[in-house]
Amino acid sequence: MYGRLLVAGVRRQSSYPLATLAGLVANATFGLLKTGILFAAVGSAGGTLAGYDVGAMSAYVWLSQGLLGSVNLRGRSDMMLRVRSGDVAIDFLRPVDVQGAAIATDVGQGLFALLPRGLPSVLIGLLAVGMTMPTSLGPYVLGAFSVLVGITVSHAFVYLLAVTGFWLVETRGVTVLYMSVAGLFAGLYTPIWLFPDWLRAVAEATPFPSMMMYPVDVLTGRVTGGDAVGVVGVQLAWLAGVLLLGQVLTRAGRRTLEVQGG
Amino acid sequence: MADALARLAPYRAVLASRMRSQRSYRANFALDLVGAVLVGLMEFTEIWVLFHAVEGIGGFTFTQMLLVFGIADLAFSLADLVVGHCDALPTYVRAGTLDVFFLRPQPVLLQLVTSDISLRRLARATVGLAALAAGLVLNDIAWDVRSVSLLAIALGCGFVMFASLFVTAAGLQFFLVNGAEMTNAFVYGGRYAATQPASVWPRVVAVVFGFLFPMAFAAYLPVTALLEMPGAPWLPSWLGWCAPLAAAWSVTLALLCWRWGVRHYQGAGG
Repeated sequence: MYGRLLVAGVRRQSSYPLATLAGLVANATFGLLKTGILFAAVGSAGGTLAGYDVGAMSAYVWLSQGLLGSVNLRGRSDMMLRVRSGDVAIDFLRPVDVQGAAIATDVGQGLFALLPRGLPSVLIGLLAVGMTMPTSLGPYVLGAFSVLVGITVSHAFVYLLAVTGFWLVETRGVTVLYMSVAGLFAGLYTPIWLFPDWLRAVAEATPFPSMMMYPVDVLTGRVTGGDAVGVVGVQLAWLAGVLLLGQVLTRAGRRTLEVQGG
Repeated sequence: MADALARLAPYRAVLASRMRSQRSYRANFALDLVGAVLVGLMEFTEIWVLFHAVEGIGGFTFTQMLLVFGIADLAFSLADLVVGHCDALPTYVRAGTLDVFFLRPQPVLLQLVTSDISLRRLARATVGLAALAAGLVLNDIAWDVRSVSLLAIALGCGFVMFASLFVTAAGLQFFLVNGAEMTNAFVYGGRYAATQPASVWPRVVAVVFGFLFPMAFAAYLPVTALLEMPGAPWLPSWLGWCAPLAAAWSVTLALLCWRWGVRHYQGAGG
Protein backbone atom coordinates (compact mmCIF):
# COMPACT_ATOMS: atom_id res chain seq x y z
CA MET A 1 0.00 0.00 0.00
CA TYR A 2 2.62 2.55 1.07
CA GLY A 3 4.85 0.98 -1.57
CA ARG A 4 2.32 2.02 -4.23
CA LEU A 5 2.18 5.55 -2.88
CA LEU A 6 5.96 5.58 -3.03
CA VAL A 7 5.84 4.56 -6.69
CA ALA A 8 3.19 7.22 -7.39
CA GLY A 9 5.57 9.78 -5.90
CA VAL A 10 8.32 8.56 -8.22
CA ARG A 11 6.04 8.83 -11.28
CA ARG A 12 4.91 12.30 -10.38
CA GLN A 13 8.45 13.55 -10.08
CA SER A 14 9.45 12.03 -13.41
CA SER A 15 6.81 13.98 -15.32
CA TYR A 16 8.60 17.32 -14.98
CA PRO A 17 11.88 16.90 -16.86
CA LEU A 18 12.51 20.64 -17.16
CA ALA A 19 12.23 21.10 -13.41
CA THR A 20 14.78 18.36 -12.96
CA LEU A 21 17.20 19.92 -15.42
CA ALA A 22 16.73 23.27 -13.70
CA GLY A 23 17.56 21.71 -10.36
CA LEU A 24 20.70 20.26 -11.86
CA VAL A 25 21.84 23.65 -13.13
CA ALA A 26 21.29 25.11 -9.66
CA ASN A 27 23.22 22.24 -8.06
CA ALA A 28 26.13 22.66 -10.46
CA THR A 29 26.29 26.42 -9.85
CA PHE A 30 26.25 26.14 -6.08
CA GLY A 31 28.58 23.15 -6.24
CA LEU A 32 31.18 25.15 -8.17
CA LEU A 33 30.84 28.14 -5.85
CA LYS A 34 31.22 25.92 -2.79
CA THR A 35 34.16 24.11 -4.34
CA GLY A 36 35.92 27.44 -4.84
CA ILE A 37 35.59 28.75 -1.31
CA LEU A 38 36.06 25.40 0.48
CA PHE A 39 39.13 24.48 -1.58
CA ALA A 40 40.60 27.87 -0.75
CA ALA A 41 39.87 27.20 2.94
CA VAL A 42 41.55 23.78 2.75
CA GLY A 43 44.46 25.45 0.96
CA SER A 44 44.99 28.12 3.60
CA ALA A 45 44.76 25.47 6.34
CA GLY A 46 47.78 23.85 4.70
CA GLY A 47 46.17 20.96 2.81
CA THR A 48 43.89 19.41 5.41
CA LEU A 49 41.07 21.07 7.30
CA ALA A 50 39.24 19.09 10.01
CA GLY A 51 40.30 15.90 8.27
CA TYR A 52 39.21 17.05 4.81
CA ASP A 53 41.74 17.22 2.01
CA VAL A 54 40.77 18.63 -1.37
CA GLY A 55 39.45 15.29 -2.66
CA ALA A 56 37.32 14.61 0.42
CA MET A 57 36.01 18.19 0.42
CA SER A 58 34.99 17.82 -3.21
CA ALA A 59 33.19 14.57 -2.40
CA TYR A 60 31.36 16.36 0.43
CA VAL A 61 30.37 19.30 -1.81
CA TRP A 62 29.01 17.27 -4.70
CA LEU A 63 27.30 14.56 -2.67
CA SER A 64 25.56 17.12 -0.50
CA GLN A 65 24.48 19.08 -3.59
CA GLY A 66 23.30 15.83 -5.15
CA LEU A 67 21.18 15.01 -2.12
CA LEU A 68 19.57 18.43 -2.17
CA GLY A 69 16.81 17.34 -4.54
CA SER A 70 15.96 14.37 -2.34
CA VAL A 71 16.39 15.60 1.22
CA ASN A 72 13.80 18.20 2.14
CA LEU A 73 15.61 21.12 3.77
CA ARG A 74 13.16 23.73 2.47
CA GLY A 75 10.34 22.75 4.77
CA ARG A 76 7.55 22.90 2.22
CA SER A 77 5.29 19.95 1.49
CA ASP A 78 1.99 19.04 -0.11
CA MET A 79 0.72 18.08 3.31
CA MET A 80 1.21 21.64 4.48
CA LEU A 81 -1.04 22.93 1.67
CA ARG A 82 -3.62 20.25 2.41
CA VAL A 83 -3.78 21.15 6.07
CA ARG A 84 -4.13 24.80 5.18
CA SER A 85 -6.82 24.32 2.58
CA GLY A 86 -8.72 21.80 4.69
CA ASP A 87 -8.29 19.00 2.11
CA VAL A 88 -6.72 17.01 4.89
CA ALA A 89 -10.23 16.31 6.19
CA ILE A 90 -10.68 14.03 3.17
CA ASP A 91 -7.36 12.32 3.91
CA PHE A 92 -8.67 11.39 7.34
CA LEU A 93 -11.57 9.56 5.69
CA ARG A 94 -9.24 7.37 3.64
CA PRO A 95 -8.39 3.91 4.95
CA VAL A 96 -4.66 4.67 5.20
CA ASP A 97 -2.64 6.31 7.87
CA VAL A 98 -2.42 10.02 7.00
CA GLN A 99 1.14 10.38 8.23
CA GLY A 100 2.38 7.20 6.56
CA ALA A 101 0.81 8.08 3.22
CA ALA A 102 2.16 11.65 3.17
CA ILE A 103 5.69 10.62 4.07
CA ALA A 104 5.76 7.63 1.69
CA THR A 105 4.79 9.84 -1.26
CA ASP A 106 7.43 12.43 -0.42
CA VAL A 107 10.14 9.82 0.11
CA GLY A 108 9.22 8.32 -3.27
CA GLN A 109 9.72 11.68 -4.95
CA GLY A 110 12.97 12.11 -3.07
CA LEU A 111 14.29 8.70 -4.10
CA PHE A 112 13.47 9.27 -7.72
CA ALA A 113 15.27 12.61 -7.67
CA LEU A 114 18.49 10.72 -6.97
CA LEU A 115 18.51 9.44 -10.55
CA PRO A 116 18.12 12.57 -12.68
CA ARG A 117 19.53 14.97 -10.12
CA GLY A 118 21.64 13.23 -7.50
CA LEU A 119 23.79 11.07 -9.75
CA PRO A 120 24.39 13.73 -12.44
CA SER A 121 25.44 16.24 -9.75
CA VAL A 122 28.01 13.78 -8.45
CA LEU A 123 29.08 13.04 -12.02
CA ILE A 124 29.58 16.75 -12.79
CA GLY A 125 31.74 17.04 -9.69
CA LEU A 126 33.67 13.93 -10.60
CA LEU A 127 34.40 15.13 -14.13
CA ALA A 128 34.85 18.85 -13.54
CA VAL A 129 36.65 18.79 -10.21
CA GLY A 130 37.48 15.22 -9.23
CA MET A 131 36.91 13.69 -5.80
CA THR A 132 38.10 10.96 -3.47
CA MET A 133 35.63 8.12 -2.91
CA PRO A 134 36.04 4.82 -1.04
CA THR A 135 37.44 1.92 -3.05
CA SER A 136 35.71 -0.87 -1.13
CA LEU A 137 32.07 -1.90 -1.38
CA GLY A 138 31.13 -1.53 2.30
CA PRO A 139 30.68 2.26 2.52
CA TYR A 140 28.45 2.24 -0.57
CA VAL A 141 26.09 -0.42 0.78
CA LEU A 142 25.77 1.12 4.22
CA GLY A 143 25.85 4.59 2.61
CA ALA A 144 22.87 3.79 0.39
CA PHE A 145 20.88 2.72 3.44
CA SER A 146 22.04 5.79 5.35
CA VAL A 147 20.89 8.03 2.48
CA LEU A 148 17.48 6.35 2.48
CA VAL A 149 17.14 6.91 6.22
CA GLY A 150 18.37 10.49 5.85
CA ILE A 151 15.78 11.29 3.17
CA THR A 152 13.06 9.73 5.33
CA VAL A 153 14.09 11.66 8.46
CA SER A 154 13.88 14.93 6.53
CA HIS A 155 10.41 14.24 5.13
CA ALA A 156 9.18 12.94 8.47
CA PHE A 157 10.41 16.15 10.10
CA VAL A 158 8.82 18.36 7.43
CA TYR A 159 5.59 16.48 8.08
CA LEU A 160 5.78 17.77 11.66
CA LEU A 161 5.88 21.33 10.30
CA ALA A 162 2.85 20.63 8.16
CA VAL A 163 0.75 19.40 11.07
CA THR A 164 1.54 22.48 13.15
CA GLY A 165 -0.87 24.01 10.66
CA PHE A 166 -3.73 22.46 12.62
CA TRP A 167 -3.02 25.10 15.27
CA LEU A 168 -1.26 27.89 13.39
CA VAL A 169 -3.24 28.06 10.10
CA GLU A 170 -0.46 30.06 8.42
CA THR A 171 2.76 28.06 8.63
CA ARG A 172 5.14 30.16 6.55
CA GLY A 173 6.98 31.29 9.67
CA VAL A 174 7.64 27.74 10.82
CA THR A 175 8.89 26.86 7.35
CA VAL A 176 11.35 29.73 7.22
CA LEU A 177 12.57 28.86 10.71
CA TYR A 178 13.15 25.27 9.64
CA MET A 179 14.82 26.26 6.38
CA SER A 180 17.43 28.43 8.09
CA VAL A 181 18.28 26.07 10.94
CA ALA A 182 18.13 22.84 8.93
CA GLY A 183 20.48 24.14 6.23
CA LEU A 184 23.16 25.02 8.73
CA PHE A 185 22.91 22.00 11.01
CA ALA A 186 22.36 19.41 8.29
CA GLY A 187 25.74 20.41 6.93
CA LEU A 188 24.53 22.01 3.72
CA TYR A 189 26.49 25.25 4.08
CA THR A 190 29.73 23.76 5.42
CA PRO A 191 30.46 20.36 6.95
CA ILE A 192 29.44 20.59 10.61
CA TRP A 193 32.94 19.29 11.44
CA LEU A 194 34.28 22.75 10.61
CA PHE A 195 32.13 24.35 13.32
CA PRO A 196 33.66 25.52 16.59
CA ASP A 197 33.19 22.84 19.27
CA TRP A 198 30.19 24.36 21.01
CA LEU A 199 28.27 24.88 17.77
CA ARG A 200 29.07 21.36 16.62
CA ALA A 201 27.74 20.03 19.92
CA VAL A 202 24.50 21.95 19.33
CA ALA A 203 24.24 20.55 15.81
CA GLU A 204 24.82 16.99 17.01
CA ALA A 205 22.02 17.34 19.53
CA THR A 206 19.51 17.90 16.71
CA PRO A 207 18.09 15.51 14.10
CA PHE A 208 19.40 17.68 11.23
CA PRO A 209 22.82 16.03 10.71
CA SER A 210 20.95 12.73 10.29
CA MET A 211 19.34 14.15 7.15
CA MET A 212 22.46 14.96 5.16
CA MET A 213 25.76 15.17 7.05
CA TYR A 214 25.75 11.60 8.36
CA PRO A 215 24.72 9.98 5.07
CA VAL A 216 27.47 11.91 3.27
CA ASP A 217 29.98 10.88 5.94
CA VAL A 218 29.06 7.20 5.62
CA LEU A 219 28.99 7.27 1.83
CA THR A 220 32.34 9.02 1.47
CA GLY A 221 33.98 6.74 4.01
CA ARG A 222 34.72 9.52 6.49
CA VAL A 223 33.33 7.16 9.10
CA THR A 224 33.78 3.43 8.55
CA GLY A 225 33.19 0.08 10.22
CA GLY A 226 31.59 0.07 13.66
CA ASP A 227 31.50 3.88 13.83
CA ALA A 228 29.53 4.00 10.60
CA VAL A 229 27.01 1.49 11.93
CA GLY A 230 26.75 3.61 15.07
CA VAL A 231 26.01 6.71 12.97
CA VAL A 232 23.25 4.89 11.11
CA GLY A 233 21.91 3.79 14.50
CA VAL A 234 21.68 7.44 15.56
CA GLN A 235 19.82 8.21 12.34
CA LEU A 236 17.34 5.39 12.99
CA ALA A 237 16.76 6.60 16.55
CA TRP A 238 15.94 10.10 15.29
CA LEU A 239 13.68 8.64 12.63
CA ALA A 240 11.73 6.69 15.25
CA GLY A 241 11.42 9.76 17.45
CA VAL A 242 10.26 12.06 14.68
CA LEU A 243 7.74 9.51 13.38
CA LEU A 244 6.32 8.97 16.84
CA LEU A 245 5.92 12.68 17.46
CA GLY A 246 4.25 13.01 14.07
CA GLN A 247 1.76 10.32 14.96
CA VAL A 248 0.92 12.02 18.27
CA LEU A 249 0.52 15.43 16.64
CA THR A 250 -1.62 14.00 13.84
CA ARG A 251 -4.05 12.48 16.33
CA ALA A 252 -4.20 15.64 18.43
CA GLY A 253 -4.60 17.76 15.30
CA ARG A 254 -7.43 15.62 14.06
CA ARG A 255 -9.39 16.45 17.18
CA THR A 256 -8.85 20.20 16.83
CA LEU A 257 -9.47 20.19 13.09
CA GLU A 258 -11.96 22.78 11.99
CA VAL A 259 -12.32 23.03 8.27
CA GLN A 260 -12.67 26.67 7.41
CA GLY A 261 -15.54 27.74 5.27
CA GLY A 262 -17.80 24.85 6.28
CA MET B 1 4.06 67.24 -8.53
CA ALA B 2 0.52 66.80 -7.27
CA ASP B 3 -0.26 65.11 -10.53
CA ALA B 4 2.59 62.64 -10.06
CA LEU B 5 1.45 61.93 -6.51
CA ALA B 6 -2.07 61.31 -7.70
CA ARG B 7 -0.75 58.84 -10.23
CA LEU B 8 1.09 56.97 -7.48
CA ALA B 9 -1.95 56.87 -5.21
CA PRO B 10 -3.27 53.49 -6.41
CA TYR B 11 0.15 51.88 -5.86
CA ARG B 12 0.36 53.34 -2.37
CA ALA B 13 -3.09 52.07 -1.48
CA VAL B 14 -2.22 48.59 -2.74
CA LEU B 15 1.09 48.48 -0.88
CA ALA B 16 -0.47 49.68 2.36
CA SER B 17 -3.11 46.98 2.19
CA ARG B 18 -0.46 44.32 1.54
CA MET B 19 1.41 45.43 4.62
CA ARG B 20 -1.72 45.35 6.75
CA SER B 21 -2.64 41.87 5.57
CA GLN B 22 0.71 40.46 6.65
CA ARG B 23 0.26 41.59 10.21
CA SER B 24 -3.12 39.94 10.61
CA TYR B 25 -1.85 36.47 11.59
CA ARG B 26 0.17 37.73 14.53
CA ALA B 27 1.90 34.55 15.71
CA ASN B 28 2.93 33.73 12.18
CA PHE B 29 4.09 37.27 11.48
CA ALA B 30 6.34 37.23 14.53
CA LEU B 31 7.79 33.86 13.51
CA ASP B 32 8.16 35.19 10.00
CA LEU B 33 10.28 38.13 11.17
CA VAL B 34 12.42 35.94 13.42
CA GLY B 35 12.79 33.46 10.56
CA ALA B 36 13.85 36.15 8.11
CA VAL B 37 16.56 37.39 10.46
CA LEU B 38 17.61 33.79 11.09
CA VAL B 39 18.00 33.09 7.38
CA GLY B 40 20.36 36.03 7.13
CA LEU B 41 22.17 35.01 10.31
CA MET B 42 22.68 31.46 9.07
CA GLU B 43 24.13 32.70 5.83
CA PHE B 44 26.45 34.88 7.86
CA THR B 45 27.30 31.90 10.07
CA GLU B 46 28.63 30.06 7.04
CA ILE B 47 31.20 32.82 6.44
CA TRP B 48 31.94 33.06 10.14
CA VAL B 49 32.52 29.28 10.45
CA LEU B 50 34.85 29.21 7.46
CA PHE B 51 36.90 32.21 8.52
CA HIS B 52 37.24 30.87 12.05
CA ALA B 53 38.29 27.43 10.88
CA VAL B 54 41.24 29.00 9.03
CA GLU B 55 43.13 32.30 9.24
CA GLY B 56 42.14 33.84 5.95
CA ILE B 57 40.65 32.82 2.63
CA GLY B 58 41.42 34.24 -0.80
CA GLY B 59 43.57 37.00 0.71
CA PHE B 60 40.75 38.17 3.00
CA THR B 61 40.53 38.19 6.78
CA PHE B 62 37.25 37.88 8.63
CA THR B 63 37.00 41.62 9.35
CA GLN B 64 37.55 42.40 5.68
CA MET B 65 34.93 39.81 4.74
CA LEU B 66 32.44 41.63 6.97
CA LEU B 67 32.51 44.47 4.46
CA VAL B 68 31.99 42.20 1.46
CA PHE B 69 29.19 40.25 3.16
CA GLY B 70 27.62 43.40 4.58
CA ILE B 71 27.47 45.32 1.31
CA ALA B 72 26.35 42.33 -0.75
CA ASP B 73 23.76 41.13 1.71
CA LEU B 74 22.30 44.56 2.41
CA ALA B 75 22.01 45.33 -1.30
CA PHE B 76 20.45 41.94 -1.93
CA SER B 77 17.92 42.23 0.89
CA LEU B 78 16.80 45.65 -0.27
CA ALA B 79 16.45 44.45 -3.85
CA ASP B 80 14.57 41.41 -2.54
CA LEU B 81 12.26 43.73 -0.59
CA VAL B 82 11.38 45.75 -3.67
CA VAL B 83 11.31 43.19 -6.49
CA GLY B 84 11.98 39.80 -4.87
CA HIS B 85 8.43 38.58 -5.34
CA CYS B 86 8.91 38.61 -9.12
CA ASP B 87 10.04 35.10 -8.25
CA ALA B 88 6.38 34.22 -7.90
CA LEU B 89 5.77 34.82 -11.61
CA PRO B 90 5.42 31.12 -12.52
CA THR B 91 2.68 30.83 -9.89
CA TYR B 92 0.78 33.69 -11.53
CA VAL B 93 1.35 32.19 -14.98
CA ARG B 94 0.13 28.75 -13.93
CA ALA B 95 -2.92 30.10 -12.15
CA GLY B 96 -3.71 32.42 -15.07
CA THR B 97 -3.84 35.45 -12.78
CA LEU B 98 -1.10 37.17 -14.76
CA ASP B 99 -3.61 37.88 -17.52
CA VAL B 100 -5.38 40.32 -15.23
CA PHE B 101 -2.22 42.42 -15.11
CA PHE B 102 -2.26 42.75 -18.88
CA LEU B 103 -5.80 44.14 -18.83
CA ARG B 104 -4.97 47.04 -16.55
CA PRO B 105 -3.67 50.33 -17.94
CA GLN B 106 -0.37 50.13 -16.03
CA PRO B 107 2.96 48.53 -16.98
CA VAL B 108 2.93 44.83 -16.12
CA LEU B 109 6.34 44.96 -14.45
CA LEU B 110 5.26 47.82 -12.17
CA GLN B 111 2.12 45.95 -11.18
CA LEU B 112 4.12 42.84 -10.45
CA VAL B 113 6.53 44.84 -8.32
CA THR B 114 3.75 46.43 -6.29
CA SER B 115 1.73 43.22 -6.05
CA ASP B 116 3.46 42.32 -2.83
CA ILE B 117 5.83 43.83 -0.35
CA SER B 118 7.06 41.66 2.46
CA LEU B 119 7.82 43.39 5.71
CA ARG B 120 9.81 40.38 6.82
CA ARG B 121 12.35 41.18 4.11
CA LEU B 122 13.03 44.45 5.91
CA ALA B 123 13.97 42.39 8.96
CA ARG B 124 16.31 40.38 6.75
CA ALA B 125 18.17 43.56 5.79
CA THR B 126 19.20 44.20 9.39
CA VAL B 127 21.71 41.34 9.22
CA GLY B 128 23.57 42.82 6.26
CA LEU B 129 23.36 46.27 7.81
CA ALA B 130 24.87 45.02 11.09
CA ALA B 131 27.68 43.20 9.27
CA LEU B 132 28.42 46.29 7.20
CA ALA B 133 28.44 48.55 10.27
CA ALA B 134 30.79 46.16 12.08
CA GLY B 135 33.02 45.99 9.01
CA LEU B 136 33.20 49.76 8.73
CA VAL B 137 34.18 50.12 12.38
CA LEU B 138 36.67 47.24 12.53
CA ASN B 139 38.55 47.98 9.33
CA ASP B 140 41.01 50.79 9.07
CA ILE B 141 39.25 53.02 6.57
CA ALA B 142 40.34 56.54 5.73
CA TRP B 143 37.10 58.49 5.77
CA ASP B 144 37.34 60.82 2.80
CA VAL B 145 35.38 61.59 -0.32
CA ARG B 146 36.95 58.65 -2.09
CA SER B 147 35.89 55.96 0.39
CA VAL B 148 32.42 57.39 0.94
CA SER B 149 31.74 57.60 -2.77
CA LEU B 150 33.04 54.06 -3.31
CA LEU B 151 30.73 52.81 -0.61
CA ALA B 152 27.76 54.67 -2.04
CA ILE B 153 28.53 53.40 -5.53
CA ALA B 154 28.83 49.83 -4.26
CA LEU B 155 25.54 49.87 -2.36
CA GLY B 156 23.61 51.66 -5.10
CA CYS B 157 24.95 49.53 -7.92
CA GLY B 158 24.65 46.35 -5.86
CA PHE B 159 20.97 47.10 -5.34
CA VAL B 160 20.44 47.75 -9.05
CA MET B 161 22.33 44.58 -10.03
CA PHE B 162 20.36 42.34 -7.69
CA ALA B 163 17.06 43.93 -8.70
CA SER B 164 18.05 43.32 -12.32
CA LEU B 165 18.78 39.69 -11.53
CA PHE B 166 15.25 39.27 -10.22
CA VAL B 167 13.75 40.88 -13.31
CA THR B 168 15.98 38.85 -15.63
CA ALA B 169 14.81 35.73 -13.83
CA ALA B 170 11.16 36.78 -14.13
CA GLY B 171 11.58 37.40 -17.86
CA LEU B 172 13.13 33.98 -18.41
CA GLN B 173 10.46 32.32 -16.30
CA PHE B 174 7.91 33.00 -19.01
CA PHE B 175 9.79 30.25 -20.84
CA LEU B 176 10.71 28.13 -17.83
CA VAL B 177 7.43 27.90 -15.97
CA ASN B 178 8.37 24.59 -14.36
CA GLY B 179 12.03 25.38 -14.27
CA ALA B 180 12.15 28.21 -11.77
CA GLU B 181 15.17 26.61 -10.16
CA MET B 182 17.19 27.37 -13.27
CA THR B 183 16.91 31.08 -12.55
CA ASN B 184 17.49 30.44 -8.85
CA ALA B 185 20.94 29.31 -9.92
CA PHE B 186 21.93 32.84 -10.85
CA VAL B 187 19.63 34.80 -8.52
CA TYR B 188 20.46 33.01 -5.27
CA GLY B 189 23.73 31.66 -6.64
CA GLY B 190 24.52 35.27 -7.50
CA ARG B 191 23.76 36.42 -3.98
CA TYR B 192 25.99 33.68 -2.63
CA ALA B 193 28.75 34.51 -5.10
CA ALA B 194 28.57 38.21 -4.21
CA THR B 195 29.30 37.41 -0.56
CA GLN B 196 32.48 35.51 -1.45
CA PRO B 197 36.00 36.72 -2.24
CA ALA B 198 36.08 36.41 -6.04
CA SER B 199 39.73 35.41 -5.87
CA VAL B 200 38.71 31.83 -4.96
CA TRP B 201 36.43 31.29 -7.96
CA PRO B 202 37.18 28.58 -10.50
CA ARG B 203 37.47 30.00 -14.03
CA VAL B 204 33.93 29.12 -15.16
CA VAL B 205 32.50 30.90 -12.15
CA ALA B 206 34.73 33.92 -12.74
CA VAL B 207 33.28 34.25 -16.26
CA VAL B 208 29.66 33.82 -15.18
CA PHE B 209 29.66 35.87 -11.97
CA GLY B 210 32.51 38.18 -12.91
CA PHE B 211 31.03 39.38 -16.17
CA LEU B 212 27.73 37.84 -17.38
CA PHE B 213 25.95 38.43 -14.07
CA PRO B 214 28.61 40.79 -12.69
CA MET B 215 28.37 39.85 -9.02
CA ALA B 216 32.04 40.52 -8.35
CA PHE B 217 31.22 44.21 -8.89
CA ALA B 218 28.54 44.22 -6.18
CA ALA B 219 30.84 44.01 -3.18
CA TYR B 220 34.14 42.23 -3.73
CA LEU B 221 35.69 44.68 -6.19
CA PRO B 222 34.54 47.87 -4.44
CA VAL B 223 35.91 46.49 -1.16
CA THR B 224 39.28 45.63 -2.69
CA ALA B 225 39.39 49.17 -4.09
CA LEU B 226 38.30 50.61 -0.74
CA LEU B 227 40.94 48.71 1.25
CA GLU B 228 43.51 49.07 -1.55
CA MET B 229 44.01 45.32 -1.81
CA PRO B 230 45.13 43.44 -4.91
CA GLY B 231 42.20 41.97 -6.85
CA ALA B 232 41.72 38.51 -8.31
CA PRO B 233 43.16 37.22 -11.58
CA TRP B 234 41.07 38.85 -14.37
CA LEU B 235 39.58 41.19 -11.78
CA PRO B 236 42.01 43.97 -10.75
CA SER B 237 40.78 46.12 -7.87
CA TRP B 238 40.42 49.35 -9.89
CA LEU B 239 37.41 47.66 -11.50
CA GLY B 240 35.63 48.49 -8.24
CA TRP B 241 35.06 51.95 -9.70
CA CYS B 242 33.36 50.39 -12.71
CA ALA B 243 30.39 49.05 -10.75
CA PRO B 244 28.06 51.55 -12.49
CA LEU B 245 29.00 50.02 -15.85
CA ALA B 246 28.25 46.56 -14.49
CA ALA B 247 24.92 47.86 -13.15
CA ALA B 248 24.06 49.38 -16.53
CA TRP B 249 24.82 46.08 -18.24
CA SER B 250 22.63 44.22 -15.70
CA VAL B 251 19.72 46.58 -16.31
CA THR B 252 20.05 46.17 -20.08
CA LEU B 253 20.06 42.40 -19.76
CA ALA B 254 17.06 42.50 -17.41
CA LEU B 255 14.94 44.71 -19.65
CA LEU B 256 15.79 42.65 -22.73
CA CYS B 257 14.84 39.41 -20.96
CA TRP B 258 11.66 40.93 -19.58
CA ARG B 259 10.50 42.25 -22.99
CA TRP B 260 11.42 38.99 -24.64
CA GLY B 261 9.43 37.07 -22.01
CA VAL B 262 6.37 39.30 -22.22
CA ARG B 263 6.30 39.04 -26.02
CA HIS B 264 6.53 35.28 -25.76
CA TYR B 265 3.67 35.08 -23.28
CA GLN B 266 0.43 34.05 -24.88
CA GLY B 267 -1.94 34.06 -21.95
CA ALA B 268 -3.45 31.21 -20.03
CA GLY B 269 -6.13 30.63 -22.63
CA GLY B 270 -8.95 32.06 -20.51
